Amino acid sequence: MANESGVLVVAETADGAVAGITLEILGAARRLADKLGQPVQAALLGQGVEPLAQGLIAAGADKVYVVDQPILAEYQTDAFLPAVEKVCREANPSIVLLGQTDVGRDLGPRLAFRLGTGVAMDCLDLAIGDGRLVMTRACYGGNANAQHTCKSMPQMATVRVKSQEPLAPDSSRQGQVNKVAVDIDASAVRTKITGRRKEEGEGIRLEDAEVIVGVGRGVGSAEGFQTLTELAGLMKGAVGSTRAACDAGICSVATQIGLTGKVVSPALYIAVGISGASQHMAGLSGAKNIVAINKDPEANVFRYCRYGIVSDWKAVIPTFLNKVRQLKAG
Amino acid sequence: MLHMICCVKQVPDPEAPASQFKVDEAAKKVLPIPGVDPVADEYAVRGVEAALRIREAVGEAKITILTLGPEAARDAVKKALAMGADEGVQLTDKAFEDGDSFATARALAAAIKKLEPFDLVFCGRQAPDWDVGVTPSVIAELLGLPCVTRACDVKVSDGTLTVERVLMDGFETVEVRLPAVVTISNELGEPRYPQLREIMAAARKPVAAWSVADLGLDPSQVGAAGSVLSLDRLYVPVQETQCEFIEGETMEEAAEKLAAKLREAKLI
Repeated sequence: MANESGVLVVAETADGAVAGITLEILGAARRLADKLGQPVQAALLGQGVEPLAQGLIAAGADKVYVVDQPILAEYQTDAFLPAVEKVCREANPSIVLLGQTDVGRDLGPRLAFRLGTGVAMDCLDLAIGDGRLVMTRACYGGNANAQHTCKSMPQMATVRVKSQEPLAPDSSRQGQVNKVAVDIDASAVRTKITGRRKEEGEGIRLEDAEVIVGVGRGVGSAEGFQTLTELAGLMKGAVGSTRAACDAGICSVATQIGLTGKVVSPALYIAVGISGASQHMAGLSGAKNIVAINKDPEANVFRYCRYGIVSDWKAVIPTFLNKVRQLKAG
Repeated sequence: MLHMICCVKQVPDPEAPASQFKVDEAAKKVLPIPGVDPVADEYAVRGVEAALRIREAVGEAKITILTLGPEAARDAVKKALAMGADEGVQLTDKAFEDGDSFATARALAAAIKKLEPFDLVFCGRQAPDWDVGVTPSVIAELLGLPCVTRACDVKVSDGTLTVERVLMDGFETVEVRLPAVVTISNELGEPRYPQLREIMAAARKPVAAWSVADLGLDPSQVGAAGSVLSLDRLYVPVQETQCEFIEGETMEEAAEKLAAKLREAKLI
């Protein structure tokens, strides 16, 4: 195909609403499209999702392609792939953007293959240079950044959660909604989902928390985890963790922050017993203030910190917890 | 007999201190850290572990290790063989170098085809060098197979694979008919540690070396020539934060000072 035009966003929904990451990507898509003088397109897939099209327009889309079918009720690669592929062929965009989410991680590479192009995963920054999409992403566990361009069309990227600013929603924005019928063969769906279980912490969602207490392998035990959970509760925050702490069985996988976990953006992150492996710090790119308590003065985590205490966490946290309790009470 | 192929990759040790990490910006390459040997990708090693667990459960199976990389990458294959895999294949050719995920997948898929018949292909969820996670899905596309990503548990029964997947907020159980491609996440658990006897035995297991020609591919289809993404820049991002270390006569005093500072900054 030639004459590609448009920045197409593969939208996601969560609990019956447009997902936050989709609003963020639409913001980025709008900025890129305005620079290129091209429209913003969105692909909206699912069952009963059509009413959400207006929300995508309010968030920056000019044209929404809706594929609304029962077979798309929950994400399965083999069902979503032909639907998104058809939308892309119809819209013929120059750029396709997805979220670095459960769906985007899975769908991005296969969609790129079907469209005969490549994809840069987990991008932190997207810009236009010489009319091409310049994609910046972290690699080597966050130790380095790589900048890529794509030699073929469309240029594709998945975008890291919380790396882009959404637009202020504008319900007066005008846009077009196109229904697309896709013949998805149920027998071509080779996977069958037989179960799902949510594993969410109590209280505030990690992604929404203004204060997060981060638990590292150095915390050592589930008992230590309890103390830190108490501290987080006191500050109306949430508990996060490193991959190492999850692998050691100290915390649940749903609390994991980093390249293989969540991306968070609290105003305050208190890292306890965390060495600061780049793979963990990658999930904290949006954190505004980082504080660490670690025995090792050379720990990598201190490179990211506003304040630090070099100590065993057990000598610091109980007093800190009491002081916070006092301050909160006063 | 069940035949499982595990793709492994040799990478710079991700546990090496971040302060020693350096890149050659002109060459767009990561510089090796003196005294720190490269290692087999920890996710891919868990793929080998998954295959071994399946073999133990079904009683009999063949496990082939596949890697793409320079001569030294044979160490990654040897490690997997020492864990208990049966034989290895190393794709090694100048033409394979500097390929993106798509070019690399093309070479690996061609090798997997050559190893037919097979039932399962295991890969790591993403290699900890480029942190991409694209290659396994593209292998699946090239072979026309389903791909189940980020597995933390796998079981085979009557030609059906049951996979537990790790999601952002929990787990999902998926069934799929074999053959299939599966990527393994760290939640699978610790891989076994080879004993000396097994390391010795691994030295005698066969490792074939295949070139681009052996795969029936043209050099233009693989490596840098076969890539769609171009790497334009590689650099170490600047960290501008200055840490203020809080001290005190006792750690309790430091803790109180920290709380006060955070209060002052309106953070608590």
